[in-house]
Amino acid sequence: MSKKTLLNSKDIEIILHRLACQLIENHNDFSNTVLIGLQPRGSYLANRLTDLLKTEYNIQNLQLGLLDITFYRDDFRRREEPLAATSTQINFLIEDKKVVIIDDVLYSGRSVRAALTALQSFGRPKNIELLVLIDRRFSRHLPIQPNYRGRQVDAINEEKVLVSWKETEKKDAVYIEQR
Amino acid sequence: MDKLSVAHLLGIKYLNTNDIDLIFKTADHFKEVINRPIKKVPSLRDITIANLFFENSTRTKLSFELAEKRLSADVINFSAGQSSVKKGETLIDTVNNILSMKVDIVVMRHGNVGAGVFLSKHVNAKIINAGDGTHEHPTQALLDSYSIREKLGSVKGKKIVIIGDILHSRVALSNIFALQLQGAQVKVCGPTTLIPKYITSLGVEVETNLKKALEWCDVANVLRVQHERMDIKYFPSTREYTQLFGINKEILDNLGKKIVIMHPGPINRGVEITSDVADSDQSIILNQVENGVAVRMAVIYLLAQQIKR
Repeated sequence: MSKKTLLNSKDIEIILHRLACQLIENHNDFSNTVLIGLQPRGSYLANRLTDLLKTEYNIQNLQLGLLDITFYRDDFRRREEPLAATSTQINFLIEDKKVVIIDDVLYSGRSVRAALTALQSFGRPKNIELLVLIDRRFSRHLPIQPNYRGRQVDAINEEKVLVSWKETEKKDAVYIEQR
Repeated sequence: MDKLSVAHLLGIKYLNTNDIDLIFKTADHFKEVINRPIKKVPSLRDITIANLFFENSTRTKLSFELAEKRLSADVINFSAGQSSVKKGETLIDTVNNILSMKVDIVVMRHGNVGAGVFLSKHVNAKIINAGDGTHEHPTQALLDSYSIREKLGSVKGKKIVIIGDILHSRVALSNIFALQLQGAQVKVCGPTTLIPKYITSLGVEVETNLKKALEWCDVANVLRVQHERMDIKYFPSTREYTQLFGINKEILDNLGKKIVIMHPGPINRGVEITSDVADSDQSIILNQVENGVAVRMAVIYLLAQQIKR
């Protein structure tokens, strides 16, 4: 199994800063915007971006929620291994707010579809945008596109994109691996 | 891991500790869901569940029905009072008729011990036992343990006394299995006529003095006196029962510690427990009801996961 580094920690840092600036461009002081990280893997990116916006760009009162989509997935009972849920932590309503969904890799688009349904339980948002670190553009099953993307990757289906974060895997990096 | 070891929920005695952990972890997530503004998830959209209640029930039936609806399952209800059972139909015939309407899960309460086990061998559906006679009531025991875990952090090492009519209680038996499985110590307390002869063979101690039992325990699970199951007089009068085994504020205040009071409902206020105790801050009776929905959602969700199309 060969593994190739797609992004190293320096690349990721630059990308995070760019994504933060793009968010500020569209959302100013974030007074009417909330960030929603998709559990489990999207929450690392969401936390990282939130920290960056607070410390480097002086955005106060930033609201971050973490959303688990397990109960909204469309492959319940259609796969061999059972789905394990993680926790949802959203302590606010998204009624009339601008929502930015954050995930690490956009692949088929099914997770985002589930997240869109799940978010309805927290109110009717003004609009929803999507931010991803890696956009695998040739593998979509649904008409879903990101508004903010870190890097576009033309990986084929036999390849797997792995995102590692220093919080859990000791190192920030994105790899591409032959299955 | 992340999978139940059983195909049906017929009783706690068929479960292992991993199963209970998994049910509780899943219930934690559903508890968060049912406290949202919109308390519903679409997981079970294509699942149909029949609630078959051959015996009366209010809260268990409501709790199951709510749990099923919160998971977006289609629900049909059946009560023996208004059905063909009265006309002489057998259990298997009744259930098979309902199953031919393409039902995936059956939640059943029945007056006969082992009705759930019997059904699971003869029909092609997931069976959840919602109480079979004086045998087991697994979801009640699960929600009781879940409530203890929520209140005290864990069940392991805790001392729990079950007070009252142990002889006729499926709640008591399921609770004994569930609590022991999780490493708790269990005592039972009540009139000797209402304590089964062989209960000590389950590793349970018997205490007939209420005050001693309460002084020993961290949690008191108070059961209802089930007049409807008593064909003979087991104690001279309700008044005497209350004097010997009724829990009131005075007894609790004199304990020198704060114990947790539980009751599976319905309460006979003033008989096994006084109103000021039932409504006090030591009582987690209403938390039990809320947790019941989350725990039942978890059980249904985990069993539904095994259904393959």
